[in-house]
Amino acid sequence: MAESKNDLPAVIVLGNPSFLKLYGEQFSSKFKLLKPWESSLPLNQFITTHAQSVQAMLCSGGTRVTPSLLSQFPSLRVIVTTSAGLNHMDLDECRRLGISVANAGTIFSEDVADFAVGLLIDVLRKVSAADRFVRNGLWPLHRDYPLASKVGGRKVGIVGLGSIGLEVAKRLEPFGCVISYQSRKKKPVPFPFYPDVHELATKCDVLVICCALTDQTRHLINKEVLLALGKQGIVINIARGAIINEMELVQCLVQGEIAGAGLDVFKNEPNVPEELLSLDNVVLSPHVAFLTEDSFQDLYELMSGNLEAFFLNKPLLTPVLDD
Amino acid sequence: MDQSEEQINLPELLVINPPPVFIVHQHQFSTKFKLLKAYESPLSTDLFLQTHAQSTKAIICYGKSPITSNILHLLPSLRLVVTASAGFNHIDLLECKQRGIAVVNTGDVLSEDTADTAVGLLIDVLRKISAGDRFVRSGNWVNKVQYPLGSRLGGRHVGIVGLGNIGLKVATRLEAFGCKISYNSRQKKTVPYNFYQNVCELALDCNILVICCTLTVQTHHVIDKDVLKALGKDGILINIARGPIVDEKELVKFLVEGEIAGAGLDVFENEPKVPQELISLDNVVLTPHKAAFTEEAFSDASQIVLANLEAFFSNKPLISPVIDV
Repeated sequence: MAESKNDLPAVIVLGNPSFLKLYGEQFSSKFKLLKPWESSLPLNQFITTHAQSVQAMLCSGGTRVTPSLLSQFPSLRVIVTTSAGLNHMDLDECRRLGISVANAGTIFSEDVADFAVGLLIDVLRKVSAADRFVRNGLWPLHRDYPLASKVGGRKVGIVGLGSIGLEVAKRLEPFGCVISYQSRKKKPVPFPFYPDVHELATKCDVLVICCALTDQTRHLINKEVLLALGKQGIVINIARGAIINEMELVQCLVQGEIAGAGLDVFKNEPNVPEELLSLDNVVLSPHVAFLTEDSFQDLYELMSGNLEAFFLNKPLLTPVLDD
Repeated sequence: MDQSEEQINLPELLVINPPPVFIVHQHQFSTKFKLLKAYESPLSTDLFLQTHAQSTKAIICYGKSPITSNILHLLPSLRLVVTASAGFNHIDLLECKQRGIAVVNTGDVLSEDTADTAVGLLIDVLRKISAGDRFVRSGNWVNKVQYPLGSRLGGRHVGIVGLGNIGLKVATRLEAFGCKISYNSRQKKTVPYNFYQNVCELALDCNILVICCTLTVQTHHVIDKDVLKALGKDGILINIARGPIVDEKELVKFLVEGEIAGAGLDVFENEPKVPQELISLDNVVLTPHKAAFTEEAFSDASQIVLANLEAFFSNKPLISPVIDV
């Protein structure tokens, strides 16, 4: 672009989204980025000094967008968040203030679904545990290795049949898994629908958590649900840590009330309950189910596309609030 | 009749080295056969066979209990070799054929689990699942150590080497992830995937190779330096077939030097030895030849082995013959 830096539309960036590490330069060539973490001023002062006329915000999934934060930006008209999840944002307040919101839409759904299936196979087939076994030099010493579980025939209950949940179902079908689901609404799919997660758990032996974190889904997966899932049960969570009552999950795992878990998200990242670190029947990952080189590029294009659309008075690419 | 009299009437089944499937389901075999367990005898194998197995008609084996021409020579009454595995590269098929000895394997019963493992290994390597698990357990996440980006599976071009029972199942699974499938096989098949006459050409067009073929003289070291070079720096190799299909020395070199991107290996040239260089790599996933080691597969395998034995001893058609006589 031939425009000077000062002509570029201003965007306040909160939460230092990690994709900027790779795409910062390209982004800066399109927008004048205000980055509070590069300033010596405390955040509030930075905002008062530099961001009073800013109309656009780019934030990460970890940025808590509260009424108090929003009140510091009198000119704000649009917030673009790098996550698909919206639990970090007070959407009602955004609506009230007439601020448009765009998120990551469905760009992560396939990569997240791939990861969810990878976690499930790993837990069922003890892949990471076997890898540890080999790396620790145990193969020559131990002829017998505990038998794992088949994937086909497992009754998989998908909690939340949105974009991600559907992609998970699509991938598990060729393995011979039997799919059912719980969702806010029944969907036009050939899988049995259960309005109640507890009932879903009684009918399944695998639960894959794919729903959004809301007030209704906080601690949705609790001890009762886990006990209903049963001693052969596996839980896979690639959604949000707080959807599961983590303490009760740990208890059930330690006491053998369920068979295993694959967890990409936790209540208090990056902290993972100590007890899980020594279990062989869990697979733990650092909130990376969405993270591939390609998804990072897709994210850059989408974030930049949403902001460009806003500044050109065009419709947002992935709007969240109804206008 | 007391038990020992019953035992006398049971057909003999020779076991030189017990297959894992046999070990887990032994009771099912001991009620139907008089088991001749060479491995429990103080005699050498040769001496045991000469002393106890001269009228034995059937033997059960697996990869670590090879049926060599020497063993066949010591078993003049042998008419059936049963392997409790899908693979049969450990059996001297030519010699069996010449002697009129039938050979059976486990047919298709292990294919699904093996295919599942292949897919699991692939996702693990691309998305660094085991590496990520190590990352979390080591405390690196808490310590804000930088985590490397994984690679997307969807849209990748996957080359399946050997489109038999296992290869086909790998293909249908990976299609659901949005992969494009091509293959190399001894013969072209009626499938909607592109056929490549030559493994090197397949490797050139693909960035993932999944080895699903049998080990034969032709396929020994078929994945060599040229194939790995053709696969390229972003290439991933998955092997759930047999270690010697891959030139392991070259594979290690390519991995260590970053000439391919990663590998998921369930089999090795010299099991249980795994090249030391691989142990310290983060871009490989290593499992101890247990792709089909599920409760269900073992149960199905013992069932089909028993069914084959039953068919043999009642002069009925064999269920899953590799060589029929």
